Parts: sequence; structure tokens; C-alpha cells
Amino acid sequence: MSSAVDITTAVRPPRAALLDFPLGHTTGKAHAPELQRAILVAALAAFETLREPGGLLRLPFRWSEEDTWKETAMAGGDQRTARHDTPQYQEAEDRARAAAPVAPRCGVCGLRH
Amino acid sequence: MQPPVEYIPRIRDGYARLGYPAYQWVINDDRPPWQPLGKPLSACRLGLIASGGIYVTGQVAFHFRDDTSMRAIPTTVRTADLRTAHFAYDQTDARRDPNVVFPIDTLRRLVDDRVIGSLTEHAYTFMGGIYSARRVREELVPRLTERLLAERADIALLVPV
Repeated sequence: MSSAVDITTAVRPPRAALLDFPLGHTTGKAHAPELQRAILVAALAAFETLREPGGLLRLPFRWSEEDTWKETAMAGGDQRTARHDTPQYQEAEDRARAAAPVAPRCGVCGLRH
Repeated sequence: MQPPVEYIPRIRDGYARLGYPAYQWVINDDRPPWQPLGKPLSACRLGLIASGGIYVTGQVAFHFRDDTSMRAIPTTVRTADLRTAHFAYDQTDARRDPNVVFPIDTLRRLVDDRVIGSLTEHAYTFMGGIYSARRVREELVPRLTERLLAERADIALLVPV
């Protein structure tokens, strides 16, 4: 899946489903499970309907009527945060949990389950 | 209705304003590899790969300087335990509802609804802000491929941000 048509067209994956939404919403809007389901069902259909290498499926969903988000996307200043070279935890408690000596951990994912 | 955003020129112009040299985008002119679907989607085991920096609380988070590591996330994970660590996209909505960049609840629902057959035991994630395409190709992709094959995926769903 992709929301960046030009980048994905340049890369040429075997199959792609394109959702014309702002970056950070590749599979839908937050807390909109029915929309998320409809998007994914439509995207996964590409596995059965695209028959040629490099095929692109443009999904019919719209983020908003006016598309005003497109005027500012990646057009302003640098929105990136600094490129820290240490783990960047979302929550402080995540750091403590990752460091806790819990055993045994799963050999694949490093969690207890 | 406006046409899709052209990100390559916008990012090129943004970098130029910051005084950076032009980024070398991956441009593949050759014919992509192709594998026809060998069975109905409803019988396929799907492997999810997402680049939005998703991790589970308890795992080490990603760092932001060409981190080519990956995380294996059990596909039985509690959605409330998912986190994101990425420096180059707005994570506000991804942190409210990870399904916008890591559609785990959606995929579990599609298994229940028999749209897809099953999910691999783990989904695989990384922090996609890796500026070296060579390092992605040489360090990350072989490990992702190995894991999907080990977990007998029939199809892979790639979700970039």
C-alpha cells in the first residue's frame, strides 16, 4: 500500500494499492474501523485482480471534499525531529519495561507470551 | 479534486532550502519480480510488514539514525500495547489508533470474516526513515524475507508511512 504515488511509481513494486490520504494514514483514519476495513478489503483485492508486474490500483477513498491538506503536505519547513541514535520511547514506562530482566523471553519478538 | 501530492519535488525543494544535497531516490526501471497468486485470498496466510516505527511496550524502541533493525510483533498483540517511534511523520493519529499505519485489528477482523485465510505468527516492523537504500536492501530486506518464509506467508502486505 502507499499514499505517495510518485515515490511508489519510481520504486515499481510488483503490486501497489494507492490511498490518496495524508502520510501517516496509509491504512485509514483513526478510530474509523468500518472505513479501515473497506480500505483494506479494496486494497487486498489487488492480489487477485492485478495481473501484470508493476500494476497499480488507485483506491476510490477521499480524505476530505476539498483536499486542502494537499497544499501543505511536506511543503512547509522541516517537521522532522532530531535523528537521535538512542532508542526513542513513546512512553517513559516503555524504557523501564524494555530494561526489566524478565525471563524467559520469546526468542523471536523478545516479549513474554 | 486535486491530483495526488508529488512528494519527490516537495522533499527535494525542502532539502535544498536546508542546504542539503539532493536525495538519491530509488528508481527501478526494470520489470518487477512477479509471482501469481497460487490460491484464493481466503486461503492465504498474510504477513504484515510496516515501516512506521511500531513496537510493543517491553521491546526496545527504534532510534532515528539509520536504524535498520526490525521488531517481531505477535499478531495476537493487545492493540493498547502498541507504540510508535519515528522522526519523520506526524504520529498523532498513529498513537491514537495504530491501525492507521499498522492495521492489526483490521486484519484480525478479515481473518474472522474469511476474507483472508490467516496471519503469520508475527508481524514485522521497522523505522522507515533510513536514508541508505543500500543498507535497507542488504541489512533489512534479507531478514524480513527470511522471517516471512519461516512463518510460511503466502502474501505480504507492506505498509509504509
